[in-house]
Amino acid sequence: MQKENLIPAGEFCMHYDIEFSFIHSLQETGLLTMENISGAEFIHISQLAELEKFIRLHYEFEINMQGIEAITHLLQRVKTMQDEMIVLKNKLRMYEIEE
Amino acid sequence: MEFIDYYKILGIDKNASPEEIKKTYRKLARKHHPDLNPGDKKAHSTFQQINEANEVLSDPEKRKKYDQYGKDWQHAEEFEKARQSQGSHAYAGTGAGSFSGRGGNEDFSDFFASMFGKQEEGGRSSRVKFRGQDYNAELNLNLNEAYHTHQQTFTINEKKIRITVPAGVENGQVIKLKGHGSEGVNGGPSGDLYITFKIAADAKFKRAGSDLYTTAELYLYTAVLGGEITVDTLGGKIKLKVKPETQNGTKIRLKEKGFPVYKEEGKFGDLYLTFSIKTPANLTEKQKELFTELSKSSS
Repeated sequence: MQKENLIPAGEFCMHYDIEFSFIHSLQETGLLTMENISGAEFIHISQLAELEKFIRLHYEFEINMQGIEAITHLLQRVKTMQDEMIVLKNKLRMYEIEE
Repeated sequence: MEFIDYYKILGIDKNASPEEIKKTYRKLARKHHPDLNPGDKKAHSTFQQINEANEVLSDPEKRKKYDQYGKDWQHAEEFEKARQSQGSHAYAGTGAGSFSGRGGNEDFSDFFASMFGKQEEGGRSSRVKFRGQDYNAELNLNLNEAYHTHQQTFTINEKKIRITVPAGVENGQVIKLKGHGSEGVNGGPSGDLYITFKIAADAKFKRAGSDLYTTAELYLYTAVLGGEITVDTLGGKIKLKVKPETQNGTKIRLKEKGFPVYKEEGKFGDLYLTFSIKTPANLTEKQKELFTELSKSSS
């Protein structure tokens, strides 16, 4: 894995002004995967957007870890349903009366 | 530029207390936050409006200015001059406890900008690096364009972007262009650009995934006696053998003559062809006689 795509977890917490325990909890629940290189933990840049969302949910909405897990699960279901809706809408278009 | 009623946006009375404003704002922000309403443009726009309303109403000085000059915003500058002559300092903070959303406070209305100027990022945003806002754009294609892998150039926020549209893209499908969104806050990485493809309905072909459906007219004589016809497909014209005594509405499948499968080069769906038999018109007397004879012989 290219190291330029990795952010040191400690540095990340410092920049975002969050506790290290928060991202550790995310890792424990499987919502975040950290890379361990020579004893130091790193966050892959691809997880940044999702991680920022978790920070907002926790620090701004005051949602606890169980809540974040539930919301993430439900948002994934919403995404799946939105994708299905696109396919179904396109199928429906076939039967719509042309003007 | 129109006056914006911030009280109406939050659904509160003009005499609402700061606690009431805070409570209402938090409730509405939770409901409409983009994180909790992915892909919902209406929720995103509502969130921006309530964020702006809170920005003004949660700050006593801004609220005072808004209450005094809101409807008469063109004269707000006079208020500024009067205030500055009294020796007060320009406000540089932000509404207490505001939610950052995606890209923070950069989407304030022109009305807000005219009254309060360009807003500095506040709250968490002032201390930390955040990804820039994601942009959403729509790209309209016709079915023929979606059939071929091709390049498209378009402009987003005065920046020219050239993309390759892979053949087989679906109507409503969204692709992400990493780093083509708004610039990051405080040196954070840029947001992404999400492009939604809108494929216009085609008059000749109907599409279901990678399969195509169309109708082909068949002369009565060919339908009865059989023969060879030429059929249009999106890939070009093809010749097709028609069996004798083909019935009206007969559906046939032309394997791999449909739509390309997205990102699977060389793979195509099928084309379903329904025959629509065309009866002859403007018959001559001789032809009428022959049809009458035919009719008698078959009865």
